[in-house]
Amino acid sequence: MTGSPLIEVEDLRIDLNDGSRCVAAAEGISFRIDRGETFGLVGESGCGKSITALALIGLLRQPLSIGGGVIRFEGREIQQLSAAGQRELRGNRIAMIFQEPMTALNPVSPVGRQIAEMFVLHKGKSWREANQLAVEALASVRVPAPERRVKDYPHQLSGGMRQRVMIAIALACGPDLLIADEPTTALDVTVQAEIIELMRNLCAERGTAILMISHDLGLVANVCRRVAVMYAGRIVEERGSADIFRTPSHPYTQGLVASLPRLGSRAALGRTRLKEIAGVVPAITSFPDGCRFNPRCTRATDICRTAAPDTTWLGPGGFVRCHHHA
Amino acid sequence: MKLRANLIIGGALFALAILVGLLAPWLAHTDPVLDANLLNAEEAPSWTWWFGTDDQGRDIYSRVVYGARISLTVGIVSQLINSVIGVGLGLSAGYWGGWWDDFVNGLTNLMLAIPSLIFALAIMAVLGPGLTSLLIALGLTNWSFTCRIARASALSLKSQGYVQAATVLGYGDLRIMITQLLPNMLGPIVVIGTLGMGSAVLSEAALSFLGLGVRPPFPSWGSMLSDARDQITTAPWLSVFPGLAIFLTVLGLNLLGDGLRDILDPQSRSRRT
Repeated sequence: MTGSPLIEVEDLRIDLNDGSRCVAAAEGISFRIDRGETFGLVGESGCGKSITALALIGLLRQPLSIGGGVIRFEGREIQQLSAAGQRELRGNRIAMIFQEPMTALNPVSPVGRQIAEMFVLHKGKSWREANQLAVEALASVRVPAPERRVKDYPHQLSGGMRQRVMIAIALACGPDLLIADEPTTALDVTVQAEIIELMRNLCAERGTAILMISHDLGLVANVCRRVAVMYAGRIVEERGSADIFRTPSHPYTQGLVASLPRLGSRAALGRTRLKEIAGVVPAITSFPDGCRFNPRCTRATDICRTAAPDTTWLGPGGFVRCHHHA
Repeated sequence: MKLRANLIIGGALFALAILVGLLAPWLAHTDPVLDANLLNAEEAPSWTWWFGTDDQGRDIYSRVVYGARISLTVGIVSQLINSVIGVGLGLSAGYWGGWWDDFVNGLTNLMLAIPSLIFALAIMAVLGPGLTSLLIALGLTNWSFTCRIARASALSLKSQGYVQAATVLGYGDLRIMITQLLPNMLGPIVVIGTLGMGSAVLSEAALSFLGLGVRPPFPSWGSMLSDARDQITTAPWLSVFPGLAIFLTVLGLNLLGDGLRDILDPQSRSRRT
């Protein structure tokens, strides 16, 4: 908790510019992740969580760009770094794993070579050494018979195995931060649990911080110590993951928690409907004034329709942005 | 299994042509240039003169065998130059986009607008006839299709997950192009390359026929055809055999290209495993 944070985001705004007009796809994004910490970013599709992650590694491409704010990695501003400096960070200090292990691996290259390339690229190893390290990396993600598997092509591996390979590639250079963007969405439920467990253990062993991005509040709260909930381009609540389940404060978070099926509840037994949040997420070009959740919120009053709510601190490290928070 | 027939017949014909070229000194009966003997002029094909002799008494069989060297050198080398230029321009244009893409596109359109044989003729006119200028002329004029295909592949490949993943993992532009994009577009490029070799062999024949290719007395299939046109009624074997050699080589290359396209298609590859 003390000392300088690993990565710090301050008042980040991401612009979407289609040539004729410019809208903020995300704004007022602030959070910090300490060394070895696990932090989750939760929200629906299109709420801005993935573009926030891309902004962290300096990979926003047209029509998206950083419109304001500061991102610091170990105190250095990422936007100030040269292209080569940013590239040096990527893969080496900050690594990322993706949603689709099917497409994130090069289909014409053996997986061992793809792992080995990281050692050659970032650690200046020879190919001979790198190939040896690749076998060890595969063994560390518990792929059986790694010395044979390194010669396999991605299409010869199952989805779970491919995601293991992705994790091996991402953790090859011992990064300080691992960004996991929906890492298990494309996998079977039973494999999901294994992959999450593997990722969490490896990162804990090596002191790698995790930024986990998902729409699955339950999954994120399970992996992460702290969770930020995003809605329509803004962080609406940030809490410890135990608190967010016990005492959700923002009406949106309350809706998310209430909509999770619980073992033994009447809804899970099929006797009543699962709770839902009425309405749909507003389009990026037509965010409502004031609090962006107001059209769907049961507690909305006049002030919610005119003024964006300020940050209210709820104990150390937790806050909510709502005029009528619980 | 009909895919395999293409590949095997095409590959065999092309391999045969290469083998003939490589082993020419052992296969030829006489020296293709020096062994002229007017006493044997215009002999019809026989057991002594397999493909007959020309008006200077040179053995056509030996000249066809040696001609393979020049025709195949021209086909392979000029197509290699084309592939390197086309892939280099197309890949970088598709990947980088922007003004470079516009520039390369403009250049490609320009190349496509001018018939490549006419353009090659113009280059030959400047450089003068000869094997080197032939290679340069054909190597600089047929890269536009390769370029188009490389650019289109790069455009579609660069949005693939693994290319983005490579960016995220800190790969530089050049490394992404060489390790991620190039291997994934190699299939169509190789196919276009073999088809292009066939058409380069034909272009060599055409240019030599027009007297701009390989200088006499050195034999290339095209120049032999060119020399034979006056005697096509009196000594048809002079044009038939070099023509047959061109036909079989180009046929082989086209079949090979077709066969390669079938096995290099990633879909059919994953079906096999």
